[in-house]
Amino acid sequence: MSLLNVENLRVTFPTRQGPAEVVRGVSFTLGRERLGIVGESGSGKSQTGRAILGLTPHPGTATADRLEFDGIDLRGLSARQWRGLRGKRMSMVMQDPKFSLNPVMAVGKQLMEVLRTHGASRAEARRAALEMLEAVQIRDPERVFRAYPHELSGGMGQRAMIAMMLVSAPDLLIADEPTSALDVTIQIEVLRILDRLVQERGMGLIFISHDLRLVSSFCDRVLVMYAGRVVEELRASDLSQARHPYTQGLLNCLPQIDGDRRPLPTLDRDASWAE
Amino acid sequence: MLDVKDLEVTFTRGVEQVHAVRGVTFRVEKGESYGIVGESGSGKSTVLRAICGLAPTSGGEIAFEGSPLPTPRDAAFYRRVQMVFQDPYASLHPRHTVDSVLSEPLAIQGFDDRENRIERALEEVGLGQGFRFRYPHQLSGGQRQRVAVARALILEPEILLLDEPTSALDASIQAEVLNLLDRLRVERGLTYILVSHDLAVVSHMCERLLVMQHGQAVEELARDALRARAARTDYTRRLLQASVGYSREDAA
Amino acid sequence: MTTRAWLLSEQPASRRQARLGQAYRTWLAFRANWLAMVGLAIVVALVVVAALADVLAPYNPILGQDLNTTRLLPPLSPGHLLGTDDLARDILSRLIHGTRLTLMVVVLVALIATPIGLLVGTTAGYFGGWIDTVLMRLTDIVLAFPRLILALAFVAALGPGIENAVIAIAITSWPPYARLARAETLTVRNSDFIAATRLQGASSARIIWKHIVPLCMSSVIIRVTLDMAGIILTAAGLGFLGLGAQPPQPEWGAMIAGGRRFLIDQWWVATMPGIAIFIVSLGFNLLGDGLRDVLDPKGRK
Repeated sequence: MSLLNVENLRVTFPTRQGPAEVVRGVSFTLGRERLGIVGESGSGKSQTGRAILGLTPHPGTATADRLEFDGIDLRGLSARQWRGLRGKRMSMVMQDPKFSLNPVMAVGKQLMEVLRTHGASRAEARRAALEMLEAVQIRDPERVFRAYPHELSGGMGQRAMIAMMLVSAPDLLIADEPTSALDVTIQIEVLRILDRLVQERGMGLIFISHDLRLVSSFCDRVLVMYAGRVVEELRASDLSQARHPYTQGLLNCLPQIDGDRRPLPTLDRDASWAE
Repeated sequence: MLDVKDLEVTFTRGVEQVHAVRGVTFRVEKGESYGIVGESGSGKSTVLRAICGLAPTSGGEIAFEGSPLPTPRDAAFYRRVQMVFQDPYASLHPRHTVDSVLSEPLAIQGFDDRENRIERALEEVGLGQGFRFRYPHQLSGGQRQRVAVARALILEPEILLLDEPTSALDASIQAEVLNLLDRLRVERGLTYILVSHDLAVVSHMCERLLVMQHGQAVEELARDALRARAARTDYTRRLLQASVGYSREDAA
Repeated sequence: MTTRAWLLSEQPASRRQARLGQAYRTWLAFRANWLAMVGLAIVVALVVVAALADVLAPYNPILGQDLNTTRLLPPLSPGHLLGTDDLARDILSRLIHGTRLTLMVVVLVALIATPIGLLVGTTAGYFGGWIDTVLMRLTDIVLAFPRLILALAFVAALGPGIENAVIAIAITSWPPYARLARAETLTVRNSDFIAATRLQGASSARIIWKHIVPLCMSSVIIRVTLDMAGIILTAAGLGFLGLGAQPPQPEWGAMIAGGRRFLIDQWWVATMPGIAIFIVSLGFNLLGDGLRDVLDPKGRK
């Protein structure tokens, strides 16, 4: 059974020139799998992720014909109902951990706070927090537990952030460029953590990224977005058989270590793609 | 053409001393494109900044055509060595039009024939005259980076230092900017030093590359050796592997 | 092509068009804020009234009428809309002429304090090190003096008079601008566009003047506009204490001081200039808030 059902999702922002639709009718379903959403800046991929969690920034509005998470209609939930879902059953990892962790609170305390709001005792919370830090491959969980976010390196911070999002064992994790600020070698480690969580816990993962190659090597299924629409959906393994010229263009324009194509093929954007 | 020998850069932050570059040596020949690859904190960008005098050198020597560079760098140096920065959103003054961005270096260095030079520079980077009086907020990321390239080239330098010139851009725009840099190099016989975290970009652009980690040079490779995966150190091999993407086998 | 389309063109064809277009866009954003427009209207009205004071004022502001019949007339008396004071002078005429003094204070303080603040702040922020330490400690010292008390000391030393009051206010009001300019400078001095300018061989003076000052300018202008209310009040306070404008000059603060003696029975003598000070101060505050919404990129969404 599918975990998430999205039908005809639209996100609109008012501008001086009238309303601008940044997500224009996106539909997909998600099981307990890794789904990648790929697109360039302005494609609406991040707004899609945010809209699912009801986090469309003011003054934007999100509408959908259907937006269901595990049988719960997400449209028009009250702030109170959202609190019961966000952080507990669905979570989000952002690009930069520095903006998502509280800078004046030790990491461990923040983790414990999440657990405590979900009804754990102090000792339980502390134990679970340390376990979680260990689970995201932090070698010295006691030190990180006491550390403040600015004392952590980028990779550590991102792992602490992921621990934070996973501490309540969500069913759905939306990861928006979770590794873009990280170095390639750390990137792979973070992906490994996410991968394990999907396989061991049966979590559903939406992985939003601009990096087509990374997404296709990591996810089961890929949605390619362009100008607020999904232009192509395909199995990650079938990427080389992509049919849409935009997907093909995105793949081709990347320089390769082995290739020596000069000049690199560039993308000629066709107006019809946006229709 | 450019000799960097045992370069050391130390920053002082309060009482703390950060040793950003620890003894890096390399040599760039005229007309060559030289890459420096590393992860954040490897000191790769600091090497570039040290070359152009934006970071203080605490040891070693940088020589340009055989003679050591004066500190602070003189105006003549900046006429021959220019830099393109990583973030096109941060490298253009938000209140200056493209026109004033391009005319300022000409005014500082006392060039004549400014009108024609500005027009030519815009054509060369593939921006028409229609862009001349725009403000940065009226330009896309790729267009901004083209302006930054035009600004660096308008003084007709011989060496261009490129600090992650495409890492803030979308993939399709990256291809356009890389092609532009490629073409300009051939047309003008420029020498490039390109810093990037992306092995594929460096392999595409550079004949030789230096891998850096923790402020030190790990190894120097020719492009062919990179393509043959003939890395001599574990670190380079790890970088090579990571650049392929994620693989399930890693997880096991 | 209409003027509007020409101004809003995404592809300006000349420096002038680009600059005017930018100004026009700012104006469009400003115009959308009606409170700011009210503030602007008040400030414009102040300027117009000051310029046309001789034409607008029905009576001479300094020479009184007949002391037997027109002394301390209440508002709405025939011929004296806002009444007369104890020397039988028309209050409306005095208020109208007082705008000139108020405007003079405002303009002179802005012209003296803003450049000092900008120069000290940007220099300190750009160079850092001991230059920063010296300049900012100097700023702290000036900032530590209570403004009115220091102004009193100046006036005491230089002699009472509106010009000396202005100098005294200006000298005590630049430190906040210096701090603001320094803070803004610190956020931009390590940015890539400053580094790029340095790599073209630009001198420090050029970088400060052409690159840093324009960026600090808008926040300083906003701050100065918002401070204008306080400056007008300080000037009025000095006038009230008898250390600013001297009788018989129609300075609003001095007028309140003059009316204080009749406050219980002839309330309008002190109240009318009070209302004038209030309206003008409010105008500058509304204008400043509007400018902040338009000019300050941090507040914009």
